[in-house]
Amino acid sequence: MNVPLSYYLILSAIVFTTGVVGVLIRRNIIIILLSIELMLNATNINFVAFSYYLQNIAGQVFVFFALTVAAAEVAVGLAIIIALYRTKASINVDDFQLLKW
Amino acid sequence: MTLPLSDIFAVLPELIVVTAACLVLALDPLTPSARKSWLAWLSLAALVACFWISASQMGVTVLAFSGLVILDPYAGFWKLLLYVVTGLTILLSLAYLKEERINLGEYYGFILLSLSGMMIMVSAADLLTIYLGIELMSMSLYVLAGFKRFEERSLEASAKYFVLGSFSSGILLYGISLLFGVAGSTRLQPIAAAVAIRGFDDPQLLIAMILLVVGFGFKVSVVPFHMWTPDVYEGAPTSVTAFMAVASKAASFGALLRVFLEGLGGLKANWYVLFLIVSVATLILGNVVAIVQTNIKRMLAYSSIAHAGYALIGMVVAGQTEAGSAVRSLGVSSVMLYLAVYAFMTLGAFTVVALLRKGGLEGEEIEDFTGLAKRQPLAALLMLVFMASLAGIPPTAGFIGKFYVFLAAVKAGLAWLAVVAVLFAAVSAYYYLRVVMVMYMRDPEPAEGPLPRLATSPALTVVLASTLGGVVLLGLFPNALVWVTSFAVLILK
Repeated sequence: MNVPLSYYLILSAIVFTTGVVGVLIRRNIIIILLSIELMLNATNINFVAFSYYLQNIAGQVFVFFALTVAAAEVAVGLAIIIALYRTKASINVDDFQLLKW
Repeated sequence: MTLPLSDIFAVLPELIVVTAACLVLALDPLTPSARKSWLAWLSLAALVACFWISASQMGVTVLAFSGLVILDPYAGFWKLLLYVVTGLTILLSLAYLKEERINLGEYYGFILLSLSGMMIMVSAADLLTIYLGIELMSMSLYVLAGFKRFEERSLEASAKYFVLGSFSSGILLYGISLLFGVAGSTRLQPIAAAVAIRGFDDPQLLIAMILLVVGFGFKVSVVPFHMWTPDVYEGAPTSVTAFMAVASKAASFGALLRVFLEGLGGLKANWYVLFLIVSVATLILGNVVAIVQTNIKRMLAYSSIAHAGYALIGMVVAGQTEAGSAVRSLGVSSVMLYLAVYAFMTLGAFTVVALLRKGGLEGEEIEDFTGLAKRQPLAALLMLVFMASLAGIPPTAGFIGKFYVFLAAVKAGLAWLAVVAVLFAAVSAYYYLRVVMVMYMRDPEPAEGPLPRLATSPALTVVLASTLGGVVLLGLFPNALVWVTSFAVLILK
């Protein structure tokens, strides 16, 4: 039994939207980071699904690159958050009001 | 499997820059802290070598690494501009970092890594390489923005830049994945072929296109994706702000033009309307909000948003006209010309801001410029020239940049757009000349605290002389630059 392509696309659209909404409404910067990861992983679902249905390996190669970049991004992001936590003792974006948003 | 030598040759400048960056990072712990400037000279030497190589490669067009990377005059133009900007930024940083007590070697390593990301962006022929270039550039910039890690403002800028930057990269990547589904490839040429087959009203293509517009819109900071710009520009160290405002904007425009004209050229009937709306909104909001700013770095941030709006006019022209027409080339080359001119004047203005110090604190408020003409006539004169150029007053280079963009718009039958842009250029003159007014018309108050002083150094003199030379000479003799941009213009079928 084959799962139709549209199922994967709907799943990835739901995951992506969850990520976007999470970035926009959550106030905890760690949760925001996780939401960004959700967005990137929604992309990976797309790439793998397309890659399977088009019988084209290029999509899976792209996923490896996307995963590597996401890992590097988390490393940089967590470092910034730790540095911020040391001076502010908070990870709530509402506390970061020194610069006008 | 071996790599053909011609492929290595095509990415030789990138390899040199990355090697130099790794070398700087490796040598940093071995360098005594009083000798960190050696690392800057090493980086500059790498840039000079790259400049020479890229200049000698200008006439060549090579598709390398099975179509992932393209070396053409268009990429060469952006690379040469980026070397100049990066070199000036490093010279500017030499004194600035000492003054700020953040004289750390890895600064130069990150600048070079960011530069290599930008070089990959402008010479990429595949959305994969463009994405990797964007990420390499942005991630280095996130770190650089938070380089004053003992100062809350800098860290906050870094965190905001990181959240919004990676958010926009996520959106961009989702658009790329949808394009892959349509074309079965992420190379720009197959995407263009798939667009031609699927037609311009395919819903999946349209969603992908809109996501790419949003993703790139964040990177070049146009309205309504500009919210991060003022905060990040204000909080980041001034030398990093200058680098972000100039280099990352130039590289993002380079990639934007190539992706939309080469890959999504078949959809131009759709995206040109989007860019038209974005461009007008950017001109209005950037120029109007800049008026009420009291911090010079925030004001320059809004000014950089407004300038992105002017550059987008050239992009709109390229999207609106027929493929292969002379007006279309004029549209593309006017964007290149505009960003080259913008690089010199913005870098110059930020250098003057970095120069002006107030007893350890930065003289960042526009009020700090009060009566500068009496105290520091030379610095005031330089700022006057840069402000006049940003406002687009002849005979400075800023006028030439605006002139060619407006000329392209009129030739494309978008005279009304040129009129709107000229009107908002007049609005912009108000806030640029306000700085001049404050410097020249007001007397310095007998201040209590320490007066702003100048943090001069030989390297800063070189930066100011070259930016001033660029602004004045390009304004008086624009022919050479016009010729280079029309020679390096993106070849479009």
